[in-house]
Amino acid sequence: MSAVAEERSTRAPWALTAPALMLFVGVLLIPLAMTVMLSFHDWGQYKGIEPVFILKNWHEIATDPYYAEMFWRTFRIAILTTLLTAVLGAPEAYILNRMSGRWKSLFLLIILGPLLISVVARTLGWALLFGGNNGLVNKLLMSLGMIRSPIPFMFTETGMVIALAHVMMPFMVLSVWAALQRLDPQIENAAMSLGATPATIIRRIIMPQIMPGVLSGAIIVFSLSASAFATPAIIGGRRLKVAATLAYDEFLNTLNWPLGAAVATLLLVALVLIVVGSNGLVERRYAEVFR
Amino acid sequence: MAYLELDRVAKQFGTQTVVDNFSLSVGKGEFISFLGPSGCGKTTTLQMIAGFLDPTRGAIRLEDKDLTAIHPAKRGLGIVFQSYALFPHMTAAENVAFGLEMRNVPRAELAERVRAALAMVGLAGYEDRHPRRMSGGQQQRVALARALVIKPSVLLLDEPLSNLDAKLREEMQIELRQIQRTIGTTTILVTHDQNEAMSLSDRIVVMSQGRIEQIGTPQETYEKPASAFVAQFLGKTNDFAASIDRTATPARLTAGSWSAPAPAGLNGPVTISIRPERIGFGDAGLSAKIITRIFQGNHWLFQCESECGPAIVIRQNDGNAQPTEGEAVHLAWRLEDMSVRARAVA
Repeated sequence: MSAVAEERSTRAPWALTAPALMLFVGVLLIPLAMTVMLSFHDWGQYKGIEPVFILKNWHEIATDPYYAEMFWRTFRIAILTTLLTAVLGAPEAYILNRMSGRWKSLFLLIILGPLLISVVARTLGWALLFGGNNGLVNKLLMSLGMIRSPIPFMFTETGMVIALAHVMMPFMVLSVWAALQRLDPQIENAAMSLGATPATIIRRIIMPQIMPGVLSGAIIVFSLSASAFATPAIIGGRRLKVAATLAYDEFLNTLNWPLGAAVATLLLVALVLIVVGSNGLVERRYAEVFR
Repeated sequence: MAYLELDRVAKQFGTQTVVDNFSLSVGKGEFISFLGPSGCGKTTTLQMIAGFLDPTRGAIRLEDKDLTAIHPAKRGLGIVFQSYALFPHMTAAENVAFGLEMRNVPRAELAERVRAALAMVGLAGYEDRHPRRMSGGQQQRVALARALVIKPSVLLLDEPLSNLDAKLREEMQIELRQIQRTIGTTTILVTHDQNEAMSLSDRIVVMSQGRIEQIGTPQETYEKPASAFVAQFLGKTNDFAASIDRTATPARLTAGSWSAPAPAGLNGPVTISIRPERIGFGDAGLSAKIITRIFQGNHWLFQCESECGPAIVIRQNDGNAQPTEGEAVHLAWRLEDMSVRARAVA
């Protein structure tokens, strides 16, 4: 009797999660496994994809400096974007948190508002402002005689970092905001009563406590920026490729699917390693603050 | 001589007056409690002394210096917050050391003072613990050590014991009193707990709706409450409607079948209040019937219905026979145990 009940109770969770599990396996795990498999297949201009097991694509990625450059650029952009969002987003969240009721909700809306607009639209906005001779800002500054040639923004890494940072900012602000909510509301008064100056309070009391928030925000921003497609595609185009746009081009322009799959797999593996690694590091380092 | 002086201090938030006309002078080494229900302005007053709020009117002076002109970080006051507000990313020792670091105390002296402060609050050996790994009582002690280690001119305690359970709270009260006596720091405690205020303080400031109701020693405020509010707030009390008849000679004070010579001054309708433990069962006096009788170990609690409304009586469990439920009794008390004040008649 009880054995049957027990069996039923162990089966119930599986049965209940089965639909979601099947969806997860069907649309994520199987395609992912197929992509990994695809990266070991052969490809030729005239013969197309050959389902054999060779390391040609991986060998090409490992030896051709073109790919190394591509990946370094991807991670350089992701790191700089992460730094920029942290440097701007953390103070932004802190100031926001100190605002009084009505202003707070207004500014929170302004910060979160961009999330409601498509990334493509937001990035195209940058292109409209800074895109070559016809960019609005460039035109204005040039007609005022303040600059002679357009500000280099399109097809530059700087432009990509700025546009990406703009897109990613809400994630950083929200993450730091969540950390700030855990702060004791009297903690600044406590530090002040002990003789700390405002700068010391920020540096020694506030910063260490919101650091976990900054770091978890950084992990989100980093992984999203490293795998971002729309922004690099619009700002960088064909001239300045990153891993995601490279994989896209291999798939849809060169039609070398196996090579594209190898690039995508490498990007995925690298990101998973970095995110899991730094997450573990953050949790260990800030064990006392997290609990 | 006044050490800390508050002179007609008031605080307004918009049109709302939270503290009004608050005057108090505190002697050096004194232990003062601000006692009142929540929203009476006691914490606001404490925050004005601490400097987290600026008074709208009035002056706060410490040793004749204007305290309000000094930045809160420079006031050198020790504050223990209700939530303790410990720095969670620092160990107990680092928490205590913080104030000394801000004062650039040399490292050897700093280490010694931190050790001594933690030992004083009974936390020797807990130096390297983080606050989140400590119990509420231990966190409370760290907060106290952190406030005291800077040798504050005044120690401000904002409901420091309200997050502790009853038994621990009692222990901490005794300990707090001993520490304060030993080091002699002038202390102001904000509390809504009348027992805490009475057992700790030299003087109690009873507050209600932003105003001082009474300032006095625990005994004075309990025995001679200046207002109905104080009488009700500090322990239980019985209020009976009575009247004074000055046409009779000598003038009489009458409450139901109880009667006594009238005190000087008042006339007409009055309220008399008597503490429940000062009422005895006698042969004559206010007629009453015992509704319930509750045994509470060291004493009995009687709820009675008297001629002048409900009454509570507390009798020591001294071994003598006590009246039973439903019994008709007479309530009697000594005249000096009773306070009389004028009563407005609707």
